[in-house]
Formats: sequence, C-alpha cells, structure tokens
Amino acid sequence: MEAHHNITLPEGSIEKQTTTLNFGPTHPATHGVFQNIMEVDGERVVSTEQTVGYIHRAFEKLAERRPLYQITPITDRLNYCSSPINNMGWHITCERFLKVETPKRVDYLRIIIMELARISDHLICNSIVGVDTGAYTGFLYVMQYRELIYEIYEEVCGSRLTTNIGRIGGFERNFTNTAFTKLEKFLNEYPKVLKEFESLFTRNRIFMERTQGTGGISAERAMNYGFTGPNLRAAGVDYDVRVANPYSSYQDMDFTVPVGSTGDNYDRFLVRNAEMWQSLSIIQQAYNKVLSFKGTDAEVYHADVPEYYLPKKEDVYTKMEALIWHFKIIMGEIDLPKGQIYSPVEGGNGELGFYLISDGGRTPFRLHFRRPCFIYYQAYPELIKGGMLSDAVVTMSSLNLIAGELDA
Amino acid sequence: MALSNEYIQEQLVAKFGDQVYAFSTADGMLSFESPKELNLKVLQFLYDEPSLGFTFLTDLCAVNYPDNVGGELVVVYHLHNFKENVRIRYSIATAVATPDVFTASKLFEAANWMERETYDFFGVNFVGHPNLKRILNVDEMDYFPLRKEFPLEDQTRIDKDDEMFGRG
Repeated sequence: MEAHHNITLPEGSIEKQTTTLNFGPTHPATHGVFQNIMEVDGERVVSTEQTVGYIHRAFEKLAERRPLYQITPITDRLNYCSSPINNMGWHITCERFLKVETPKRVDYLRIIIMELARISDHLICNSIVGVDTGAYTGFLYVMQYRELIYEIYEEVCGSRLTTNIGRIGGFERNFTNTAFTKLEKFLNEYPKVLKEFESLFTRNRIFMERTQGTGGISAERAMNYGFTGPNLRAAGVDYDVRVANPYSSYQDMDFTVPVGSTGDNYDRFLVRNAEMWQSLSIIQQAYNKVLSFKGTDAEVYHADVPEYYLPKKEDVYTKMEALIWHFKIIMGEIDLPKGQIYSPVEGGNGELGFYLISDGGRTPFRLHFRRPCFIYYQAYPELIKGGMLSDAVVTMSSLNLIAGELDA
Repeated sequence: MALSNEYIQEQLVAKFGDQVYAFSTADGMLSFESPKELNLKVLQFLYDEPSLGFTFLTDLCAVNYPDNVGGELVVVYHLHNFKENVRIRYSIATAVATPDVFTASKLFEAANWMERETYDFFGVNFVGHPNLKRILNVDEMDYFPLRKEFPLEDQTRIDKDDEMFGRG
C-alpha cells in the first residue's frame, strides 16, 4: 500500500517508522513532573527515555548547613504522600547515630503514625491506578479516609501534608484525646471502606484485564534494578525493612509480609491492598500497647535528651539550664560526634535510607538520601517496552513514583 | 550458618590480600576500602562467591574530602545480602584530578542512575558507563555542586538589594 504524506522526503532518505511522543512533564496522567520521550509504533511503545530532575531542590547540599532538627522539614518534601515515615526515619537515624534510647510508648506512637502514613500512601497509589484504568469512583471515595488520617496528623503536630512530625527523641507533645478518638474512628470505619474498595477493583473484569500481565518484572531483574518495598514484594521477594532491620520496636508487632509472584501491575495493587490490612492490624496492636501503659508511663512522649529535645516553654522562662539548652538547640550550637551511619526505614514505596557522615561539626558533613523511587524508576523502559501506551500510564502510577522524592 | 563480619573479612583478605584494608565495624556495619582499580573485581567477587552473595546494591554515592590529598573523592557502595540479611559498606577513593572509576552498571542495573547522580554532583567519571550525563541538574551546568569547594550562599550577606525582595 502506498503511503501518502504531506511532507515529501528527499530522494534516497530512509523513512522513520516510529513516532516520537513527548509524554509529560505536565501531562495529567503522569501524576507529577515526569517526562518521557517515547518512540511509539502506533499504540505500542518501542522505547522510552525518562527525563528527571524538574523539581530538584538540592536537599543534600542544604542539609550540609543545617543542624539535625532543621533537616526534618527537608525530609517532609521527599515522599510527600507519607511524610511522617520520612520524618520518623530521620529521627530514628539521628537517634541511632547519637545512641539515644527511646521509651517504648514513643516507639508505639511512632508505629501508629507511620502505619497511618503507609495506609494513606498506598491508598493514593492504588486509587490512582484505578483512575488510570477508568474508575474514578474509588479515588473519590477513599479520599475522605485519607482526610481522616490527615486530621489525626493535624491533632498530633498541627499540619497535614508536610508534617514535620515528632522530634529527635520523641514527639513535640503528647497525643491529645481527640487524636485517639479520631484514631478509634478510623480503626472502626476503615476496614469496611477498604473492603468496599477491594470489591470495586480486585475481581473487576475491566481492572484485571488492564493490569494483569502489564508492567511485569521478574524477581531477579527487580533485585538487579534495586527495587524495594511493595514493588519488589510484588515480584516475589519477601524483603521488608520492618522485618529485616526492625526499628521503633517493630519486632514487638505481629504481622505478615504479603508477596506477589509476577511483579505486574495487578500484583503490585494486591500487595499494597494486603499491606493496608497488615498496617491496620499493626495500628490496632500498637494502640492496644499504648493503652496498656498506666500511671506516669502513660504520659511519656519523649526520651530524656536535653541536647536535642527542646525543653518546655515554661521552663525556658524560669530555669537557667532550660534556657541554655533552648538557645543551644535553636542556634544549632551542639557538636555532633564523629562517625557515619546508614539507617534504613520501610517507606511508603520502598527502603528509604539515610547515609549520614559527621566530621564532628554542628551539621552533617554529608547526608545522602537513598530514595527508593529514584532507583526503581530506571526500570520503567524495560517494564513498558512492547506494551500499549495506555498500559505505560498504568505502570507509571502503579510504581508509586513521587516526583519530590525522585528529584530530591 | 549465619554470615558474620569476620567471615566476610577473612574471605576478602584471602582473595585480595593487603589490597583490601581499613576494615571497621564502628556502626555495626562492616566497612572496608580498596584501591579504586579493584572496585569491579571486589564487587564481582562479593556478588559471585556463593557464601557471600551480596547481590543487592542498596546505595551508591560519593563524598568529597577536600583535605584528603590524592583521595578527595570517595565513592561509597552499600551492599546487601537478602538471604543472610547482612549489609556491608565498601568505599574507594580517587583523586579529584583524575576521577576515573569503573562503572558497576554492568553488574547492577541499579547503579546506572546512581552513578549518573554521582557524576552530576561530584564529577566522578564512571568509565564504561552507557549513558554518563547529568541527571538532576541542567545539562549546561559546568561545575559539580556537591563538592566542598562550592559553599552555600552566606545567609547573612548584606549586598542584596532589599528593594528587589520587597523589604525596602
């Protein structure tokens, strides 16, 4: 068949058989600032090259001039769908580095907050996968429970998205009764909602057709690509930092690590859903443990680290020592010990690591963030190669890519 | 048998002799160094040796020590053995004047972008890398911003025109 073109090619030139397509950086289906320069053959993706770095903010450089407590707000802006995990991960890194022991009650409260964050993270990711396969309802429906989670954050720390929650050694204040009431409301109502969400999607014919067998990866390739978190577990590797290197007393909790087998979009969806059930169970266990503290133990919300934990405001006004500590902390005048540490936590989308090097100064000599989605996004061309363009969209959202974390 | 730090050290010393040194477990993680020419051999050995099995590259980054003459740039690999759940840290030093280091991207796909990031911020030239170009910064940039020779702007500088910032 003879092709008809508007452009007449010069004599002897070879016609390009594929189309170059610019997908992003501000396409509504990329859910963030991601650009892909794709070669497509009709609807099929032949190859793609990702461009990243649109919202790079030089966090690692900024961190080199900040005392530890001023780095927490930077971590908020990594994976902003689950900022509390980043905040806690950073506090835990500092505490391990400074050899600070946190009280058990603090650990359990942290677990509650971190698992709430994990639920809100997975909830967004899974419902966006739904949106990209044409089902907007789930996304709008579960949003009110993310709202409830955000209200709990608000009760604890005063903010919602970029939380800056907790301090080195514990929390800035004890949880209020309202926070616990809202938590109970969440624990009571959310299982029903999650069940409904699952029945909307899990055995939905259209959803299954769209997600099964697309964006798959084998366990070996996933490990070679540095996958972690739900994406690695969907490929069948049962690696979870909460189990492998427990922090914040996760060893006291009883939970399972859900795994998939094919590593495709459907398995990633299932693993995230299963993890939400596990998170709910962990929150319930942690809450029961929090309730079991009696007397003065039930009022503990921070460790005794005067060098890093701000004293009470009334003490600052009345006691000399508290005033001195307050001044030294705020002005960042406390020298760190020398040394280095790599400390990982299980973030919403994988192993979030903090590599901290100190030369004995007041600020880190070097701080490197191991950002899970920066590492596994490399596999994207391999995941979508040969598939349909519309599947590439679903694969991108099911990888749980967060531009803020990717670009640091 | 659990994989102990002593065993890893023995295996490395048996294989590479005095070419691997500076063993330390100061923060609970075994860390060691080697000359930069050996990096692929060491990584390959850690990967292939069945009793070691460090098949997961957790992290790759660089650190700039301007006072460490001849080894100003240090590339740090964090490796993980999932089966035994052991982590190790391996670092190599290179002079800032000749920052050539062999790429690990043939061994670990994950190293591809991490090396690009390291190149972008520190100017470590990964020899053999398939696509060594800037990743987070703009392509036109002609310096390596995370090196210590580029300090952050002084927060107390007063030569800025307040009028321009709405403070006049």
